[in-house]
Amino acid sequence: MTLTTAASSPLPSPLSNTEIELRLLMEAIYLKYSYDFRDYTVASQKRRVLHALAQLGLPSIPALQEKVLRDSVLFGRLLQYLTIPVSEMFRDPAYFLALRHHVVPVLHTYPSVKVWVAGCSTGEEVFSLAILLREEGLLSRTQIYATDINPASLDKARQGIFPIEAIRGYTANYQRAGGRSSFSDYYTAAYEAARFDPSLCAGVIFADHSLATDSVFAETQLVSCRNVLIYFNRELQDRALGLFHESLCHRGFLGLGAKESIDFSSYSQRFDAHSQPERIYRKAT
Amino acid sequence: MKPNAPQSPGRRVEAVVLGASAGGIEALLALLHELPSPWRLPVVIVLHLPETHESHLAEIFGERLHLPVREAADKMPLAAGHVYFAPPGYHLSIERDRRFSLSCEPPVHFSRPSIDVLMASAADAYGPALAGMLLTGANDDGAEGLQRIHLAGGLTAVQDPNEAQVSTMPEAAMALRSPDHVLPLRELRALLLQLESAHAH
Repeated sequence: MTLTTAASSPLPSPLSNTEIELRLLMEAIYLKYSYDFRDYTVASQKRRVLHALAQLGLPSIPALQEKVLRDSVLFGRLLQYLTIPVSEMFRDPAYFLALRHHVVPVLHTYPSVKVWVAGCSTGEEVFSLAILLREEGLLSRTQIYATDINPASLDKARQGIFPIEAIRGYTANYQRAGGRSSFSDYYTAAYEAARFDPSLCAGVIFADHSLATDSVFAETQLVSCRNVLIYFNRELQDRALGLFHESLCHRGFLGLGAKESIDFSSYSQRFDAHSQPERIYRKAT
Repeated sequence: MKPNAPQSPGRRVEAVVLGASAGGIEALLALLHELPSPWRLPVVIVLHLPETHESHLAEIFGERLHLPVREAADKMPLAAGHVYFAPPGYHLSIERDRRFSLSCEPPVHFSRPSIDVLMASAADAYGPALAGMLLTGANDDGAEGLQRIHLAGGLTAVQDPNEAQVSTMPEAAMALRSPDHVLPLRELRALLLQLESAHAH
């Protein structure tokens, strides 16, 4: 047998025991708790589960599975490892600058605006968008839906409290994102934390929503889903992009993470690249 | 230790993963310049750089190597003869279906992308059909990754620390486990050529 390219002819190597155990764990979690991680990419999921094993003091994935099935509290702890609550405010400032310059003027043409922040994690992205929309005079007529599968992350997001040591980086991001004010206008620093102005999220609905199992709930003008699709395999990416496509209004906007694209999905023809380097797409049909 | 004496006869490597840090650009250019045509082995590189969210490595190397050089993108399939760089600010993994995936997990050894992350995932994806090489650098990233490649049956090589601009990285790998080869760049290059010709047949 001659292999001509590495991509087209992968050797059909058998699944390793770890991969089998991972699949069984995800199946068990789905059957027991309806959280569907079965179509997440394996490499990152494996790292997170092995990390969780070490942190939870368990010897093996089957041992974890056994415990998870009988202990919903332990499952809640495992959930914190399975999802990636890593974000920052105004991450990739060019993205927010592009929203400000190219998307906001279009949003201004609607009498009311709906924005969906999908996979909002602990809320950094939500507060960034809320600040931007307030500065652009849109926040008061915008409904933001901030969704995530992790209830603990949603709770944190609702509180809008972020560690003070992160603020310096966020401030630099905010300025590079075309911020019109002083970043410190938006938060109160106390102890080791910065609490963001609660009025920023007065119009935000935080809700449990899974891109793997749930359906569309509103018509939106902008969907922002950043650094979420990279954890999905291509089938699940397609499902999520299908939800976004269905949710978006005619010519609505989709914003992805700086290194995410729809090129390898079956939706590549159904969105137009609007601001290519900033990964902002527009619904095509 | 000779590049002409493969560890296991008949070894067929289908991809090469490379890690480098301080001094890495020069070392990689020396290792990869003017590779013969046709070149079919995919080469995947993590080179530590400050996390600026922007990298011109693909352009810089593309101009000098006369090979297709890309920044690896999420779900992009590995193609024969291409050289890939991990994008800054993201971990780069290779999945079983021989496609890339990216992730924003916390840095490993203060690095994102991390060499360990790439190498461990590639070891899972390719098993014995993988070669990993670790070059000059000033930290411990990649040592564990090389060990994972070894445990999966792959081939491991490090740049001779005496020649490396910064010897910490190859030395860390040697301390964790003796790599199959410890070679100066010129001979690492010969090893690479040999892997390519074995791949072609």
